[in-house]
Amino acid sequence: MPQSTPFQPRLSGLNQTGVWKLWAGYTVAPAYQHSISTEYYAIRNSAALLDTSPLFKLRFAGPSAETLLRHAMVRDVGAIADGRAQYTCWCDRRGYVLQDGVVLRLSSEDFLLTAAEPTLKYFRDLASDLGIARETVQDVSLDYGILALQGPLAHRILARLTDAADGLRYFGVTRCAIASHGVILSRTGYTGDLGYELWVPREGALPVLDALLEAGRGDNLTMMGTTALKMARVEAGLLLMDVDFRSSRHAWVDEQRETPAELGWAWMLRAMERSDRDFVGRGAIEQELATGSSRWTTTGLAVDVHDYERVHDEAGILAPRHEVYEETTMSVYRRSETPWDYAGYATSFHYSSLLRRPLALAKIPMDLAVEGTEVDLELTVIRRPQNVLARVHGGSFFNPERKIAVAEGVQNP
Amino acid sequence: MSTEPQSASLRYDAVVIGAGHNGLVHAGYLARAGMRTLLLEQRHLVGGAAITEELLPGFRFTTFSYAISLLRPEIVDDLDLVEHGLMVLPLANTFQPGLNGEYLALGPDADANYHEIARFSAEDAEAARDLDHLIARLCVALKPWMDRIPPNVRSNDPADLEALAELRAFMEGLDPEVRALGERFASSSAAEILDETFEHDLVKSLYASSGIIGSMVSPRDRESGLVWLFHKMGEYDGSPGSWGFHKGGNGGFTQVLARACEAFGGEIRTEARVRRVLHEGGTVRGVELEDGQRIEAPVVVSALDPRQTFTRLVDPADMPADLIEHLEGYKYQGSASKVNFALSDLPTFPGLEDKPDLFRGFTNLGPSIDYLHQAFTEAKEGRFSRRPFIDCCIQSTVDPGMSPPGKHVMSCFVMYTPYQLAEGTWDDQRDALGDTVQETLEEFFPGFSELVLHREVVTPLDIERAVGLSEGNIFAGELFDSQLFLNRPAPGWNQYRTPLSGYYQCGSGTHPGGCVSGGPGMLAARQVLRDAQAGA
Repeated sequence: MPQSTPFQPRLSGLNQTGVWKLWAGYTVAPAYQHSISTEYYAIRNSAALLDTSPLFKLRFAGPSAETLLRHAMVRDVGAIADGRAQYTCWCDRRGYVLQDGVVLRLSSEDFLLTAAEPTLKYFRDLASDLGIARETVQDVSLDYGILALQGPLAHRILARLTDAADGLRYFGVTRCAIASHGVILSRTGYTGDLGYELWVPREGALPVLDALLEAGRGDNLTMMGTTALKMARVEAGLLLMDVDFRSSRHAWVDEQRETPAELGWAWMLRAMERSDRDFVGRGAIEQELATGSSRWTTTGLAVDVHDYERVHDEAGILAPRHEVYEETTMSVYRRSETPWDYAGYATSFHYSSLLRRPLALAKIPMDLAVEGTEVDLELTVIRRPQNVLARVHGGSFFNPERKIAVAEGVQNP
Repeated sequence: MSTEPQSASLRYDAVVIGAGHNGLVHAGYLARAGMRTLLLEQRHLVGGAAITEELLPGFRFTTFSYAISLLRPEIVDDLDLVEHGLMVLPLANTFQPGLNGEYLALGPDADANYHEIARFSAEDAEAARDLDHLIARLCVALKPWMDRIPPNVRSNDPADLEALAELRAFMEGLDPEVRALGERFASSSAAEILDETFEHDLVKSLYASSGIIGSMVSPRDRESGLVWLFHKMGEYDGSPGSWGFHKGGNGGFTQVLARACEAFGGEIRTEARVRRVLHEGGTVRGVELEDGQRIEAPVVVSALDPRQTFTRLVDPADMPADLIEHLEGYKYQGSASKVNFALSDLPTFPGLEDKPDLFRGFTNLGPSIDYLHQAFTEAKEGRFSRRPFIDCCIQSTVDPGMSPPGKHVMSCFVMYTPYQLAEGTWDDQRDALGDTVQETLEEFFPGFSELVLHREVVTPLDIERAVGLSEGNIFAGELFDSQLFLNRPAPGWNQYRTPLSGYYQCGSGTHPGGCVSGGPGMLAARQVLRDAQAGA
């Protein structure tokens, strides 16, 4: 039987499409209405609400919680102040990424972590290796539902229910009460926009959801399905496990495994040089950086609009621009004398309606990973391979000031 | 069908003895290569231990073997089996009931299975993913060695020396994690591995059953590790470790093989028991049937088990003494029985009356390692387990041709039932075994007995009598490391040849071993054809 999130009793009535899919064994809506664009623009122009409860949720609590996390995580959890959060990843001993996730530091000895795949036993085994009590790590997946409230009006809507978001900085964490239920509120999200995530205790799920929907009624607060979310995350340059990479844990061969540097997360490693913190995979990662053995890196590709038009014009068809979001492998070629000079591949492709251009997330060799470098991306036009010009674009494609702005009300530039 | 007069002498390029699935596969390959091939079967029907029989009108029983997993995919292609009617239906679920109302109902979706196991332990659910993946990786790594003629450790042939060097290099080149698991399976009991991996009994028992199937071992015996691995070597449509039912039961499968064999020009004769293999000066000449008829052939292949091949079909005195001595230590000790039921309706498990797909797969009755070990302990004392492990399959849930509409056939594989009883004979105890199995089923599925329309009990003695498998061992010899790969059936004689030139073996007593894999039949054919080419 599929599992139900704590919000499901209310959400099942809100899905107008009749379509559900499974995410980690839970029933979720790919879209709540037939227009995915409408959901998408709610994220970018008003506010949208996502049920992200299928994520696994872990609590690390007690005097050794920090020690364990500092040993487990690639970024230094010790550098997170109380009431702050951190996006990080964790690796196996060979420096290959196991998963990524966000660590919330509630207090000096109390942390929460989200993960896409089960990992309780992994952290407990690590605790045992360190002589730390296994009970330091608890699976609290069933204790909470998580809602992501994302979009430029997210703060305004939230402010009608609590003042906890006032002055809450990007990646800040706080506790508050909504509809008389204790909620853990973080200014985080997966859309690259202004937004918040709310950990709601199971019993408070429906009252909190109802309160949010009511508070957002006048501001076009819209339920978003997973497809609109994934469109937004490509624009934000955020990777998705099992799409853009897979966990080393269940890979078959090293070709399927990737290091943080190979995933374009070299920025996570910068602070490593300033400390001798021993974390899982550090030795292998140091060696990779020292010898430059990274096989590729992951970056954005901005597809040339004129070339995109051209290949479709020449074929006599309209270039696809409406709700194009693909999780397929598309080959990337070096632009050189050699025709079809294979260089790498894209894993996500999205025509951004907002940015008016096609975007891709791709693996390419390090030497090509220079901002603006031209490559060919292989599209399929009327079922035939067709190369189009694309340019390397690091970081996010869309990064509004409001995402990190301290003051409320910063508008889209 | 033969109409030859009894005394006439016939001549073939090859005679294959025993139309079990390996004999059929083997004869199919020889016929396909253009050899005039005769396949001889003592019974009135082909299939050996892979047959389907209609014991009650409309109810078709898989008398002995009842599922397929290890069938080598290349056989399907080489022998055009799809054209001849091959259809393997997935066994999509596994149901593991406990005795206190607990149960695990697993299916093909990994996430759903996680949540099912997490009802008992989130750590176990996570560990199950890791273990399943690592086992699959190990099996994929080992697969090439399953599908080739193993090297001969007693040979100085450059090809063997090279193959042995390749084997060593393969072992050393294995991913350390994968290799460690392989070594663990070879050196540990299933229970040791499971105790280290899981905390909940029911989860452990789910895996433990693979470690004892058809083998006279407790899950606490070292040998159970390798038996477990062996049963994971199969696949269903590329999904590792998965199993399927052949349409019409395993007898439906061997009928497909028979049609394929005949389509290549192979001849099949039933009710033709071979009395002995004829040879002269170390070279095979043909066979003599029980009725005295002689059939000449330069190649004779036994699909029977090693005891039959080396000590009944030929005079052991004509065989090297060390081989015979080795084979005397080769363990059969059949430990499994079948109890097959015709049912008026599906059984019900309290609380899951409305779950229609519960029985569309394996149902394992053996809810803890203690339960399995206790069952083994009784068998070790020479009596069948009073609370046996039972692996139930109700093929009629997915294959309507197996039973009248709404009614069902239930195949129960029962452990442990020792071939050698301390007291009495299986002829005296057959019904008592049937009663015990029925009582055990009643315990898990209250009201079961009321559904029973018919019951067939097949003891190890019955398997030996009907099929010819010595001591009723379903694998033609235990799946212990001393009897596998380089050692199956004996070191130096693991390449399908025998000490007699032209006399070969192709049954489950050769590499890769038991189960409906066809591997021995296929690899033996490769050897026969290679030798024929070298000699030509």
